[in-house]
Amino acid sequence: MDSPTHSYGVKRCSPGVFFLWTLPWLGILAWGGLSAVLCLWKGLNQTNMSNVFAFALWIVFDLAVIALGAGAFFTGFLTYIVGKKELKDIINAAVIIGFICYSGAMAMLGIDIGQPLRGWFIFWHANVHSMLVEVSFCITCYLMVLTIEFIPIILENRTLQKVRELRLFGHNLHEIMAVFAATGTFLSFFHQGSLGGMFGVMYARPFAARGGFYIWPWTFFLFVLSAIAAGPLFTILCTKLTEFITRKKLVPDQAVQSLAKISAWLLSLYLVFKFIDTLGWANSLVPKAGLRFMDFYREGPYGFWMVVAELGICGILPAVILMIPKVRQQQGWLIFAGLLTCAGIVLNRFVFIIVTLAIPVMPFDRFWSYLPTWQEWGVGLAVVGYGFLLFSAAYRYLPVFPKEPELNPAAD
Amino acid sequence: MEKGPDHGKHRYGMVIDLDKCTGCGTCAVACAAENNVSVRQDESDKERSISWMQIFKITNGKPYPDTEVSYFPRPCMHCEEDGHGHHTSPCVTVCVATATKLDPNSGIVSQIYTRCIGCRYCQAACPYKARYFNWWDAYFPKGKGLDRYLTPEVSPRMRGVVEKCTFCHHRLMRAKTRAYAEDRREIEEDEYITACTEACPAQAITFGDLNNPKHRVSRLAKSPNAFRLLERLNTKPKVYYLSTKDWVRKLADNYLPDEFKPLS
Repeated sequence: MDSPTHSYGVKRCSPGVFFLWTLPWLGILAWGGLSAVLCLWKGLNQTNMSNVFAFALWIVFDLAVIALGAGAFFTGFLTYIVGKKELKDIINAAVIIGFICYSGAMAMLGIDIGQPLRGWFIFWHANVHSMLVEVSFCITCYLMVLTIEFIPIILENRTLQKVRELRLFGHNLHEIMAVFAATGTFLSFFHQGSLGGMFGVMYARPFAARGGFYIWPWTFFLFVLSAIAAGPLFTILCTKLTEFITRKKLVPDQAVQSLAKISAWLLSLYLVFKFIDTLGWANSLVPKAGLRFMDFYREGPYGFWMVVAELGICGILPAVILMIPKVRQQQGWLIFAGLLTCAGIVLNRFVFIIVTLAIPVMPFDRFWSYLPTWQEWGVGLAVVGYGFLLFSAAYRYLPVFPKEPELNPAAD
Repeated sequence: MEKGPDHGKHRYGMVIDLDKCTGCGTCAVACAAENNVSVRQDESDKERSISWMQIFKITNGKPYPDTEVSYFPRPCMHCEEDGHGHHTSPCVTVCVATATKLDPNSGIVSQIYTRCIGCRYCQAACPYKARYFNWWDAYFPKGKGLDRYLTPEVSPRMRGVVEKCTFCHHRLMRAKTRAYAEDRREIEEDEYITACTEACPAQAITFGDLNNPKHRVSRLAKSPNAFRLLERLNTKPKVYYLSTKDWVRKLADNYLPDEFKPLS
């Protein structure tokens, strides 16, 4: 059906169908809302976090969505700085996905800290030596940049376009978007890196600790590389899911293939550095701490299978699939490789967070296990529900995919 | 023992003789009582209970009758380095809000409860698990009279912040105040000792200034039987242990095969 609130030349479902579609996501949000209220009211005892697992499911979700949301800054960088014009067909989706990921992560972090009302102390009493301060500053600033990048897309709504001032404001913002893309790239480089640095600088935790360059441990660079390899693939996966649900072609193959090819090269480069890093770490820092590589893979369920899964099945395999043009041009293989890569990056973050804490450092200490409570799952999954809702609303009311009318002429 | 002339005038530290420790737990109880450590009705969840001085039981792993048992009382190590050569503790360097500091004048790693935002990054960075988060509101059962035994010099902690052993820093303040009132510039060795040191019935714990050659700790820390927990991580703890038993010494750190050099 056509409506004055929808973009020109596109067809959208009826409000009733759209309302039904939002119900499951609203349900998840309600679950997350209840969990968040309980955590803020009664405290973090509502979770299964402990003095052993000081970081847990929420931090895994945070780092995962921030890595997967890297498609926003990197696609912006490729579109506005490198000048890959074909990516203009996917940049809006990338920006919205990035906004969802970052705003969701920020909201989750607000609940994760023991004293949420003191969150501003990070800025007021900032410890400049802490990687987490760098993360906080850059993420906060970058969320502002993402908001600025999101505003012109919102202002392109058909109804809002009728207001002359808003139309002009949106147009002018569009004109200077390269400035924000460059700022976003700078900020993202540092916070993606600092998230990795957070673990690399835990020098008293031999499983996470790394050597590095100047003040940045190698994990700093590995996290940047892995995020810009997986982020664009996550953007592709989200557009493919939207295409599947709407049963429409929304993004030209050229844009998707261009992103997939860049991801393939970045993923391969990342894997080369990751293997060098792992070998270097296993032969220097680990024996220096009196441990052997395999000592880390004997605790509970965290065996050597994790290395095989992260670097083999979710690393080398998708890299090979994506590197072969004929294979990556087949949608099934592209989606399969994208899913594997994203799973690999989530597993990588999981390993750095959960496994680092699970492995006892003192020889006489014991291994502890951890399973999240429903409140933790509620808050974590709320980000997913929020993402579906916001992206659905954006798709319905905003020109997220500029080539949609052209690719679906029947809609006219 | 670490020399620390550039690390400030005083470096308060502790030496725990594991051969004397019986694992009775008096140090842990005295510590909790002195420092207003909150309790819960059910303390069985050991992953979330607070014990600034935690006692780990270790055995030599041999079957009866060769079984030997020892105990590792573990306060905060008050590390002097982060393991990467920087003069700061692993927890201090990561704290976002500068809520924990390594005091250059005493070597004590402090915790500012009213500034801690409860992000728990310090807990993740500490390999000794010496930091505790307040998962619940502070609770001192009134009916049992526990509230009347609170130490007025130690602030109770609120929910959502991290706490840890402070080497009974308030006792240092008390000793300094007394010395000032008596027009003295320095405090004597026995004027400032921690609650665990005072309470230990086996006198296994010795406390003092590692920089002061007259203090017993500085001599004991130089003993050939002295060692520190996870020394290879280069965090430079100011808590030393003494033991003549090689199997105990070996369990204090990680070693590759044939790397551990026994004393005997």
